[in-house]
Amino acid sequence: MTRLSTSIADLVRTPLVVALSLILALLLLGELLSPGFASSSQIMRLLIVASILGVVAAGQNLVILGGREGIDLSVGGVVSLSAVIAGNMMQGSDAGIIPAILACLATGAFFGLLNGLGVTLLRIPPLIMTLGMLGVLQGLLVVVRSGIPSGLAAPGLARFVTQPFLFGVPGMIWLWGAIGVLMALLLRRTLFGYRVYAIGSNENAARMAGVPADLIRISLFVLSGMFAAVAGFCIIGYAGSSFSNVGAQYMLPSIIAVVLGGTPLSGGKGGYTGTMAGAVLLIVLQSILTTLNIEEAGRQFAFGATLLVLMLFYGRGKALRG
Amino acid sequence: MSMPQSTSRQRSVFERFPFIPALGILVALLILNGIAEPRSMSYGAITGLIKTYLALMFLAVAQSFVVFSADIDLSVGAILSLVNVVVVVLIERLGGGPDSVLLACLVGVLVGTLAGVFNGLVVVGLRLQPIVATFATGIVFTGLALWVLPVAGMPVPQAFWRTYGGRIFEIPFVFYVVILLAVFIWLAVRTKYIIELMAVGDNRLAAYQSGLPVTRIRIKAFALCGLLSAFAALCIIGDTASGDPVVGNAMTLYSVAAVVLGGTALSGGSGSLLGSAIGALILGLINSFVFFAGVSSEWQNFAQGVAVLVALMAGVLVTRRISK
Repeated sequence: MTRLSTSIADLVRTPLVVALSLILALLLLGELLSPGFASSSQIMRLLIVASILGVVAAGQNLVILGGREGIDLSVGGVVSLSAVIAGNMMQGSDAGIIPAILACLATGAFFGLLNGLGVTLLRIPPLIMTLGMLGVLQGLLVVVRSGIPSGLAAPGLARFVTQPFLFGVPGMIWLWGAIGVLMALLLRRTLFGYRVYAIGSNENAARMAGVPADLIRISLFVLSGMFAAVAGFCIIGYAGSSFSNVGAQYMLPSIIAVVLGGTPLSGGKGGYTGTMAGAVLLIVLQSILTTLNIEEAGRQFAFGATLLVLMLFYGRGKALRG
Repeated sequence: MSMPQSTSRQRSVFERFPFIPALGILVALLILNGIAEPRSMSYGAITGLIKTYLALMFLAVAQSFVVFSADIDLSVGAILSLVNVVVVVLIERLGGGPDSVLLACLVGVLVGTLAGVFNGLVVVGLRLQPIVATFATGIVFTGLALWVLPVAGMPVPQAFWRTYGGRIFEIPFVFYVVILLAVFIWLAVRTKYIIELMAVGDNRLAAYQSGLPVTRIRIKAFALCGLLSAFAALCIIGDTASGDPVVGNAMTLYSVAAVVLGGTALSGGSGSLLGSAIGALILGLINSFVFFAGVSSEWQNFAQGVAVLVALMAGVLVTRRISK
C-alpha cells in the first residue's frame, strides 16, 4: 500500500504529468472564463504556436542535455535570420520552398557549428559563446534585411503551417509530432542518445569510456541551430511575411519550456516529451492571459508570477544542509 | 604544482589585478579609435562616451556581484526600467522641484534594492535556477514598470538632465559619478563581504561547511545588484531625460558581456568589479570604433557583433591562461 502510494506520488511529481495536468487545468479555466477557449479550432491554433516554440526548444533541449552548462542563447538570432532568409528566397512562390529550407538549414547548421567549435575546441562557456553569436546574428539580420525589404511566404508553406493537412490537423503539428517521435528515438534508442546523456551526467567518465564528447557536443549545437532554423522557416508560414527580430521572443522561453519539461539546466537528465508539454504549457498560459482582457502590465506581471510558481513544481536545488 | 618562478609571479600579479587584460583591450581600443578618428579622443568625445555608457558601467558592476557568487541576474535590465519609470513618475507627481527629485531618486534606489532582495529570496530562498528564475522575475518587474508608466514619454525637469549633462567647477558631472563609482569599487573590494562572496562562488558547499552564512551572502549580492541597477537607472534618466518602461531590457545581456570582458568567470569565485566597469567601456569603444572605422551603416551591427564575440572569446582564453 505504501509502495503503491509512493509510486503514485512519484508519478504525480513527474514533470510531464505536472505539465499535462497544468495544461488541462488551464484549458478548463480558460473555457470557464471565456467559452470557446478550449474549442478544437482554438486548441489547434494554440498547438501551432506551441509547435514553433517547441521546435526551437528541441535544439535547446539537446544542448542542455549535453551538460557542461550547455545553453544556446543564439537560437533567437538563428530564428530571426532564417525567417528573413526564407522570406527573401520564397518571395511568395512555391518553387522557392525547397531552396529556402535548404538555405535555412545550412545557415542554422553553420552557426551551430561555430558555437560548437568555440565551446569544445576553445572551451568557451556556452552562455558566453552563444551570447556573442547572438550579437553576430543580429548584426547579420540587419545586413540581410537591408538587401530586400521583406519576403513573403510561399502559399504552400502557409497552408502547411496553418491549414488542416491530415485528419483535420495542420502539417505543422504533424511535423512537430514527428520531431517529438524522432527526438525520443534519438535520445532513448540510439548510441548517440546514450552518449548525450553520458556526457551530460559525467563527462570525464564518458570520455574514459571512449565517448567522443567533443564531437557529440558539436553535433548538439549544430542540431540546435538547425532546429531554430526550421522554426524560423515555419514562422514565416504562420505570419505570412518576415518581420524584424521575430526570434527574440523564443530565446529565453525555449529555455523555460525545457525547464518546465523537467530537464534541469545541469543536463544529463530529462527528455523531449516533457519539453513539448512545457512549450504547450507556456503558450496556453500566455493565451489565457491574453483572453483575460487585462492590460499589458497585468498580463506581464501575472505571466512572470505564474512562471515563478510553476518553477516551484520542478527540480529545485538541494538544500546545503543535510 | 611546480611552476617556473616568473610565471608564478606573473600569475600573482594577474590574480591581484584580474582586470589587467581588460585594461589592455581598453587602451588598445582607445588607440585604435584615436587612429581611426583623432577627434574621437577629444575631451568632449570621451565625456560623451562616458555619458552614454555610465549606465552600463553601473549595470555591469551590479551584475558582477551575483556572478561572483556563481549566480546570474537576467532581470537587471527590467529593474533598471522599473526604477526609471518610478523615479520619473514620482518627480512628476511631487511637483518637479529639487526636493521631489531627491526624494524620487531615493525611492528609486529603494525600489531597485527591494527588487534585488526579491530576486535573492526567489533564487536563494526557493532554490530556483537563477537563469530561469530571474528571467521570470524580470517579467514581473516589467509588468510593474508598465503599470507605473504604460507608454514611454514622460519628461523629467530640465534641471535633472542639465545637471547630468552639465559641469561642476568646469569638470563634467559624469566624471564625478565615475569617481564615485571608483570609490565604491575601491571600498567594496576591501570588505570582508567580498571575500566571503568569492568563497561562496568558488565552492558553495565548502563555504557553508566552514560556517559562512551562504544564504545571506547570496541574497545580499542580489540586493547589491538591485541597488546598483537603480543607480544605472538614474544615469539613464540623466541621459534620455524621460521615462520608458522597457528602456533597460535590452541592456541585460550587455551587462553579462561586460562582466565577462572584464575578466570575471561566470562560474564564480573570482573576478573584478573594476574589470566589469572597464568591460562596459570596451563595449562602448567597440561600437564607436566600428563607426569611426567607416564601416558602412548596414554592416555596422554585424561588425560590432563579430568584434564583441572575438573580444569575449579572447577575454575567456586570456583569463583562463592566467589563472591556470
